[in-house]
Amino acid sequence: MKYYDKLIFELSKPGRCGYTLPENEYGIHLKELPAELKRSKAPELPEVSEVDVVRHYTNLSQMNFGVDTGFYPLGSCTMKYNPKINEEVAAMPGFTGLHPLQPEKTVQGVKAVYEAMDKALAEITGLSHFTFLPCAGAHGELTGLMLIRQYHMARGDEKRTKIIVPDSAHGTNPASAAVCGLEIVEVKSKANGLVDVEDLKPLLGDDIAGIMMTNPNTLGLFEREIGEIAKLVHACGGLLYYDGANMNPMLGMVRPGDMGFDVMHINLHKTFSTPHGGGGPGAGPVGVAEHLVKFLPETVVSGFHGNFGVILRAYAYILMLGRQNLKYAGMFSVLSANYIKESLKDCYKLPIQSVCKHEFVFDGLVNDGSKEGVEGATTLDVAKRLLDFGYHAPTIYFPLLFHQALMIEPTETESKETIDGFIEVMRKIAAEAAEDPSFLKSAPHCAPITRPDETTAARQPILRYHKEI
Amino acid sequence: MGTFSYFPHTEDDIRQMLDRIGVERLEDLYGDVPAGFIHKGDYNLPDAMSEQQVRDFFEGLAAKNTRLKVFAGAGAYDHYTPAVIPYITSRSEFLTAYTPYQAEISQGTLRYIFEYQSMICEMTGMDISNASMYDGPTAAAEAVRMAVACTKKKTRVLLSETLLPNVVKVIETYSRFSGTPLGFIKAENGQTSLESLKAELAAGDVAGIIVPALNRYGIIENFEGFADAVHETKGVVIEYCDPSALAVIKTPGEWGFDIAVGDGQPLGIPLCYGGPYVGFMACREDYVRKMPGRIVGQTTDAEGRRCFVLTLQAREQHIRREKATSNICSNESLMALYVTVYMSLMGPKGLKKVNCLSYGGAHYLHDELLKTGKFEEVFDRPFLKEFVLKPLVPAEKLQQKLLDAGFFGALSTPEGYVSFCVTEKRSKAEIDAIVAVVKEV
Repeated sequence: MKYYDKLIFELSKPGRCGYTLPENEYGIHLKELPAELKRSKAPELPEVSEVDVVRHYTNLSQMNFGVDTGFYPLGSCTMKYNPKINEEVAAMPGFTGLHPLQPEKTVQGVKAVYEAMDKALAEITGLSHFTFLPCAGAHGELTGLMLIRQYHMARGDEKRTKIIVPDSAHGTNPASAAVCGLEIVEVKSKANGLVDVEDLKPLLGDDIAGIMMTNPNTLGLFEREIGEIAKLVHACGGLLYYDGANMNPMLGMVRPGDMGFDVMHINLHKTFSTPHGGGGPGAGPVGVAEHLVKFLPETVVSGFHGNFGVILRAYAYILMLGRQNLKYAGMFSVLSANYIKESLKDCYKLPIQSVCKHEFVFDGLVNDGSKEGVEGATTLDVAKRLLDFGYHAPTIYFPLLFHQALMIEPTETESKETIDGFIEVMRKIAAEAAEDPSFLKSAPHCAPITRPDETTAARQPILRYHKEI
Repeated sequence: MGTFSYFPHTEDDIRQMLDRIGVERLEDLYGDVPAGFIHKGDYNLPDAMSEQQVRDFFEGLAAKNTRLKVFAGAGAYDHYTPAVIPYITSRSEFLTAYTPYQAEISQGTLRYIFEYQSMICEMTGMDISNASMYDGPTAAAEAVRMAVACTKKKTRVLLSETLLPNVVKVIETYSRFSGTPLGFIKAENGQTSLESLKAELAAGDVAGIIVPALNRYGIIENFEGFADAVHETKGVVIEYCDPSALAVIKTPGEWGFDIAVGDGQPLGIPLCYGGPYVGFMACREDYVRKMPGRIVGQTTDAEGRRCFVLTLQAREQHIRREKATSNICSNESLMALYVTVYMSLMGPKGLKKVNCLSYGGAHYLHDELLKTGKFEEVFDRPFLKEFVLKPLVPAEKLQQKLLDAGFFGALSTPEGYVSFCVTEKRSKAEIDAIVAVVKEV
C-alpha cells in the first residue's frame, strides 16, 4: 500500500468532463424554469476526465484493506470470503433494471427470490416468516423491537415499555431500543461471561416487553441457560429477541426458534457472505414466530422492498452451499476460533476458559512490557502492529466487560496456513511487547499513514473540502 | 464430509486443529449446547449446486422478469449509470472492506466518504453531511427524530401532504414507536400551503416540518416564507430533496432550511428493484452533534501528512449506547461511492445537462399526452422530470396497454391521477412511441 494524497477536487480543471450525453432533441430548455426556483450558482463539483476518475479511485482503493487483501479477524463482523458468483448474479440486467413499483406480473423472478429466501431463512432459523425491509443489522433490531411492541399494544398491554439488555450486548441493542421508545434495563453477566439468571429474575414483571439476547454472546460463549431464560421471560409475558449478528456458528447446529426466540434479525452481510462494502449496504431481514406473523405488515421501515441486491447475493450463497455444506460453515468457524484461542492463551490473557463459538475475547497481553517508568503495550498497540504484518486488526475495546478487549473472529473461509501465520505474528508481537513496548506504540510502521491525530479531528472538525484560495 | 470450494480445511488440518484444542470431533465443540437444542440432520434445503448451475438458475429467474422502458419515478429514477461506476465499485479493496475502524489501512474508504460529504454539502447548500443512511425514507425518519432532539420541549413534527407516500409511511412507522406526534400541512394546487403551515405553527408545539423540493406530483415547490415562519417559532425545517435536481433548482441552503435529506439513487445507482440505494443527510453546522451516523473528518498523521478518520464518534451507538443520536451502525458506504464517482464524472455541467434533457423530455411528453385528448391537466405548476395528469380513460387499462408495448408508465396515484417521469435515458423516439400507444387506448 502506498500513500496517495489527492482529493478528486484537486484534480479539477474547468473545461474537462467525464461524461457523454445525447443532444437535446426537444427544443425545450431549463431556462424556461422560473428564476425564483433556480439555484443561483452551480455546485462546485470536480471537472475531470474519465481517466482522471478511474486513476483517482484506483489509487484510493490501493490504500484500502479488504477480505480479498488478507485475513480480517474483526470480531462480531464475520468477515468471511465474499464469493464472486454472488456479484455476478446481483449484476444481471434482468434484476438491476427493474423499477421497484413494477406490477407483480412483470417481476415473477424477483417474487420467486423473496419467497425462496423466506422459506430458506425460516428453515435455518426455526422461525415462521421474514420481512426483508430492514437494510442492516441495527435496522433489523429496530424492526424486531417494533414488532414486539406492536404485539403487546395489540393486546392492549400498554405498560410493557421496558426491554432487558445484557451488559455484554452490542451497542446497537440499547440504541435500537431507545429509538423504538423502550426503556433499557441492564442484566449483568456472571464471571463466566453468561447472563446471570439470578440477576434476571427480579427484573421480570408486567412492565417487561422482552429481552434482547445474542447467542453465542459477544464473548463468543453459548448462553447455555437459554432454555431457562426463555421460560422465565415468557412466563412474565415478555418476548425474546435474538440478535443474529452472531448467527454464523449456529448454522446447521442450533436454531433460534428452537431455543425459544420469538423475533430475530439476521445479518446477510455476515452469515450469508454478502460483501461489507466499506460499511454497507447490508441487509437485516427480521423473522418472527407464527404468533407474530400478522404484525409483519405493520413495520414499514424502508422505502421499497429492502436491499434486493443484497438478498440476491445471499440466496446465491445458500444455493451454492446447499443442504450439505451450510453446517460446516458454522462448525469450521468454531474450529478456527478455538484453535487460535488455544494457540495464544499463554501470551494473551484469556479471561474465560471454556470452549468458544465463532469468536472469543482476550483481555490484553500477559506481559505488556511495563516496568518502572515504561508504559506497557495496550490492545490498541497490538492492533496497530498487526497492520504492519498484513492483517486487519481484531475488534478492540469491545465488549466493554474487559478493559483491554481484543475480539477475534477468524470465520470458516481461512486456511490453517493463514491462521498459523496469524498466530505466529501474534506471538511475535507479544514478544516485542515484552522486550520494548515503545516499538509497538509507534506502529504501524508499514501502512500508508502512521497513527492519525483523532483528538484534533474531533476538536477542530474539518468535515468537507474547501478550495484553497 | 466432502470438500467445498469456500472451505480450505483438509481432513488433516481438521485433525491437527482438533488435537490442539483437545477435543475428539467437530461436534464436541458444541458440547456446551444443551442436547435438546442441537438441530438433528440436515436442513430441508436444496442440494448444493455447482457454480454454473447457480448461474443458470438465476439467469432463469432473471428471464422471468420483464425489462421495460421506464417512464415512472415515484422515488426511484431511471438515470444512466456510467460504465466507470460498476468498474470502480466492484474493486474488492472497496467492496470487501468493512467500516474504516483502522484508519491506517482504510484511507481509500475514508477519502471517498470525505469527498462524498463535500459533494453532498455542495449539492444541498448545507455545512455538514454524514457518511450515509439506508435510503431516503429512513433518512427522513431520522431527520424527524433529529428535529425533536434539536428543539426543547416541542414534540410535534409536521409533514407536507405533498411528500411521497413511501416517505410518509416510513416516518409514520418510526414515529409511532418513538412517540413523536405528527401533523400534516395541507397542499393547495399541488404545493405545500404556507397558510396551512402558519395555522399549524400557531399551536406552539411544532419541533419541525418536512417538505419536499420535488414533490409527489413532480412539482418544484416554492418555499418563500417557510424558513422564517418556522424559525420564528424556534422549529427546524427539513427538506426532502432529489439530489440530482439540486444541481439546478434552489437548494435547501438557499431557502434557509436546516436539514436536507433524500435518496442518492438518482445519482448513478441502478433501479435494482428498490435497493440497495443510499440515504443522504446534511445539516447546518449548529446541528452536527445531533446528527446520526458516521462522519469522516480530516486530520494529520504523526508525520504531518493529511489523512482522514471517523470522527465525532461520541454521538454513536458503540460509545453512547442508549444515549446515542441513532442506532445506525452499518450504513450504505459502497452506495455512497457510486454517488461520489457519479458526481465526479458528471461535474456541474453534466448534472445540468442531465436535468435539461429530463426537463425537455418530460415537458415534451406532457404536451404530447395532453394533445391525445385522453388526459386533463391537474396542476398548473412548474415541474422538472415528473408530472401527473388526470386520465380520461381507465388508468388500469392505460397502464396495461403500456406494459404490453414494453413501457412502464402511468402509475396510478391515490388521488386518481397517473404519473409519468422522463430522464435523460429516454429518447424522443421512445417518447413518440409511448404516445402512439396512448393514442390507441
